[in-house]
Amino acid sequence: MLPLDIAFWVMAAVGVATALAVVMEKDIFRAALFLVVSFLVVAGIFVLLNAEFLAMVQVLVYVGAISILIIFAIMLTRNAHEGNPFNSFQLPALVLSTMMLAAIAFVAVNTEWHDWDQLGLQVLPGDSGEVFSATEQGIKNVFGNTTQVIARLLMRDFVLPMEAASVVLLAAVIGALALVRENEGEA
Amino acid sequence: MSLIHFQVLSAALFSIGVYGVLARRSAVMVLLALELMLNAVNVNLIAFAAYGEQVQATGQVIAIFVITVAAAEVGLAMAIILRLFRDRASVDVDEVDLMKW
Repeated sequence: MLPLDIAFWVMAAVGVATALAVVMEKDIFRAALFLVVSFLVVAGIFVLLNAEFLAMVQVLVYVGAISILIIFAIMLTRNAHEGNPFNSFQLPALVLSTMMLAAIAFVAVNTEWHDWDQLGLQVLPGDSGEVFSATEQGIKNVFGNTTQVIARLLMRDFVLPMEAASVVLLAAVIGALALVRENEGEA
Repeated sequence: MSLIHFQVLSAALFSIGVYGVLARRSAVMVLLALELMLNAVNVNLIAFAAYGEQVQATGQVIAIFVITVAAAEVGLAMAIILRLFRDRASVDVDEVDLMKW
């Protein structure tokens, strides 16, 4: 068994366990802390998939910013989360999500993925332009050079979506400010 | 490990998120489960980018957009939750039925 396989199974087990803990935990604050662990594990899986830039973005944005916002939301609505945290849809939701998992897993296992699996994990071409397989060359090749490739794609093929994303962020900021602002007549 | 492993992992995380969104009462818990689902989608996108027939990072770029939208969504959702809490002293999603027909 390759070290990468062991890393995958450990991270998959921890990720699924913490995700389950997030949705099962009665105390909402501990659920948020489990969510942070889940985000970190997903960042590790990104590294495994040769996306080390995305892993850093995941740590900065999800672990750093989003979890802080969520913990803020929990703190500011502190006395509202007492009592029964589950609603009446618990059993139907369990059935639906299990069926969804079964359906996606069934389709994924039964699909012919052509040569994709024979190619194995690929590292994006770095400065030298070489392409190699991580399954053969081991863990040292996991740290490829994706940042340049992403920058090139983002600034050439995806310029319009990137500009649209900045407008989306601006709209979100203005919308959030407008929502939490005290009304003139109200105060 | 192959593409299927990552897909099943992503499906498991997504299904857990779906369960959390549907079964929880607190709006903050729904937000937490929603983040799990967005993360699962990112795992799937990046897995397809890594195992693609051609070497390219399009999946990773789209994952960046997903992260951007997730950040905007968390900011807005938190504003809505705070507004809700200030107006009703509750964040129970079952009680928010103003726009329900």
